[in-house]
Amino acid sequence: MKKKQKVLLARIAASIIMLIILRFTATAEIIPNRYIRFLLYLVPYMTIGYDILWKAVRGIFHGQVFDENFLMCVATIGAFALAVYKNESFTEAVAVLVFDQIGEFFESYAVGKSRKNISELMDIRPDYANVETDGRLIKTDPSKVGIGSIIAVKPGEKIPIDGVVESGSSSLDTSALTGESVPRSVKTGDEVISGCINETGLLKIRTTKAFGESTASKILDLVENSSSKKAKSEKFITKFSRVYTPAVCLSALVLGILPPVINLIAGNAANWGDWVYRALTFLVISCPCALVISIPLSFFAGIGGASRQGILVKGANYLEQLSNTKYVAFDKTGTMTKGVFKVNKIKSSIGEEKLEMYAAAAESFSTHPIAKAVRDDYIKKYGGSFKPQVADVVEIGGHGVSAKVDNVKVDVGNEKLMNGLGIKCEHADDYGTVVHVAVDGKYSGYIIISDEIKENAPLAVEKLKKIGVKKTVMLTGDRKKTADYVAEKTGVDAVYSELLPADKVEKVEELMKNKGGREIFAFAGDGINDAPVLSRADIGIAMGAMGSDAAIEAADVVLMDDDPVKIPKAIAISKKCLKIVYENIYFAIGIKLICLVLSAFGIGNMWLAIFADTGVMILAVLNAMRCLKVKNL
Amino acid sequence: MTKTYDIDIDCANCAQKVEEAVNKMDEVNSATVNFMTLKMTVDFDDSVSEKDIIKKIKKTGRKIDSDFSVE
Repeated sequence: MKKKQKVLLARIAASIIMLIILRFTATAEIIPNRYIRFLLYLVPYMTIGYDILWKAVRGIFHGQVFDENFLMCVATIGAFALAVYKNESFTEAVAVLVFDQIGEFFESYAVGKSRKNISELMDIRPDYANVETDGRLIKTDPSKVGIGSIIAVKPGEKIPIDGVVESGSSSLDTSALTGESVPRSVKTGDEVISGCINETGLLKIRTTKAFGESTASKILDLVENSSSKKAKSEKFITKFSRVYTPAVCLSALVLGILPPVINLIAGNAANWGDWVYRALTFLVISCPCALVISIPLSFFAGIGGASRQGILVKGANYLEQLSNTKYVAFDKTGTMTKGVFKVNKIKSSIGEEKLEMYAAAAESFSTHPIAKAVRDDYIKKYGGSFKPQVADVVEIGGHGVSAKVDNVKVDVGNEKLMNGLGIKCEHADDYGTVVHVAVDGKYSGYIIISDEIKENAPLAVEKLKKIGVKKTVMLTGDRKKTADYVAEKTGVDAVYSELLPADKVEKVEELMKNKGGREIFAFAGDGINDAPVLSRADIGIAMGAMGSDAAIEAADVVLMDDDPVKIPKAIAISKKCLKIVYENIYFAIGIKLICLVLSAFGIGNMWLAIFADTGVMILAVLNAMRCLKVKNL
Repeated sequence: MTKTYDIDIDCANCAQKVEEAVNKMDEVNSATVNFMTLKMTVDFDDSVSEKDIIKKIKKTGRKIDSDFSVE
């Protein structure tokens, strides 16, 4: 608790005690003079309200007519005046201010608490880095560590800056960044990102980025700045509150003057006291604070909760839009599939090992991912002692490779290559890329290389349907057969294959034409080749962004790991937040309106008004905090 | 020049009013107040010094909430 809060709490306690004592000692029977009683009650009033009075006076000089302090003063001073006029109890006038301050106290306490909760959730900011100088470790401010420095991270410490492991091996807890609880193991040469917690071994890391450019700093910046992009419902509340306070104050004025005047004209008793009292209760309800605080708080808590799950939402507006997602388009490679090519099947007439050896050898100088997959697979299966004599390598782009391996001519490539050489090849119907191999001019078999579908891809599509997405689409530059296979396995509604990057943008635009006005079209990709599509879609979702600046730049929503199930999860989080936001809007405006009507008809009193003011705010803040709990969505 | 400052402010409604008022300042191109993180981001003309702008923002903010501070 801050000092300011403690002082306020003491003042609240003191004024309540004084009120209770006065209630029994300063009654009309004991002290008949109402002015003396008034002076006695002025003591707790000043104790609890001196700062509000002072702020009100300042407010008037600064032209802040609808300042809440000013209105509260008018309401309570008015209540005092009425009590003197009607010779009634003064308790109410003081109590209104006491409760207002209790509300104020609770507001600052609750907001402070939620601030702390959210920042604890986002506790990835490293405090120091152990820099190695002359064999000794010195704790240094991470922002002062240069690129290329060697830092040591002990078990239990956070990695402060992105870098590469220079020596040591360990397992890393990435849960604060990705929401993934399974630790990731790292060894010498691996890239590590800041914000992870080192669990087991000592790691020496050579930094590759400055602190400010490191992942942890970037994520924190992103989350902290996300609320500056305001959601529509926030803008609505801003506009509403601008109108609400003046409107209520004006109605208070009308309510306090018009009915008594009409009464007088009609020849009845004016009843000034009654109507002025009702007008004063209006002033107590005039503060829009419950709304003004709970809506941004809901979004902020939602963004905080989502980031803990590895979902970074770059603005409250995107969090709001996500809930209306009706169309989701996926990129194939890296989004629905792992983006890692693997040898899946070998069919050979000369023995599997021999065929793969020839293929691997012929492709040993190629940088093509398929060639790399064959080489890696061969070394993995049969060991690293792989030193064939390779000569006369000719690589034909889009076809394959021809080379001499141990003085035998080997041709490795697709059907086009074989056709060109006049070698008849077997037709392979499997999913994936087919690599035919001919040894010494004779067809010897084929190797099938494919990209694995992510385990969670079918589940992601299923969950999207359940959550209300109308259509899921897959876009890919890959050939039709492979695309259709992945589409079938994952269960997407439509697939468009053999698209060039520019075609993807066109296709997305075409798909977006058919959607309804408020429906949202989201595109999910790995951010490597699809930046234009990411920015063209209503919401661009980049996957697997750990350490990739390009993806963080281009997208509106960033998934730290590459699990597609996070997409329906992000939508679910958004829906939950929006539900809470609307609950708060309807609840707060509703209660306030009901209390205004009740007060206008003389059914409500100041106590009810206090509930409508601070009670509603407290409930709205508590409700908003539920947005933080998104783990099990 | 865009800078972010830590601020102290009492209530959400005041934060909104301060944001509006600072946005109306001649030297300021745009400003956002984040009540949740207690931060203010200001984009102001390069012709004014940072010291002056902080002083002016403080003065503007204090008119709305006497507890307002910026650093």
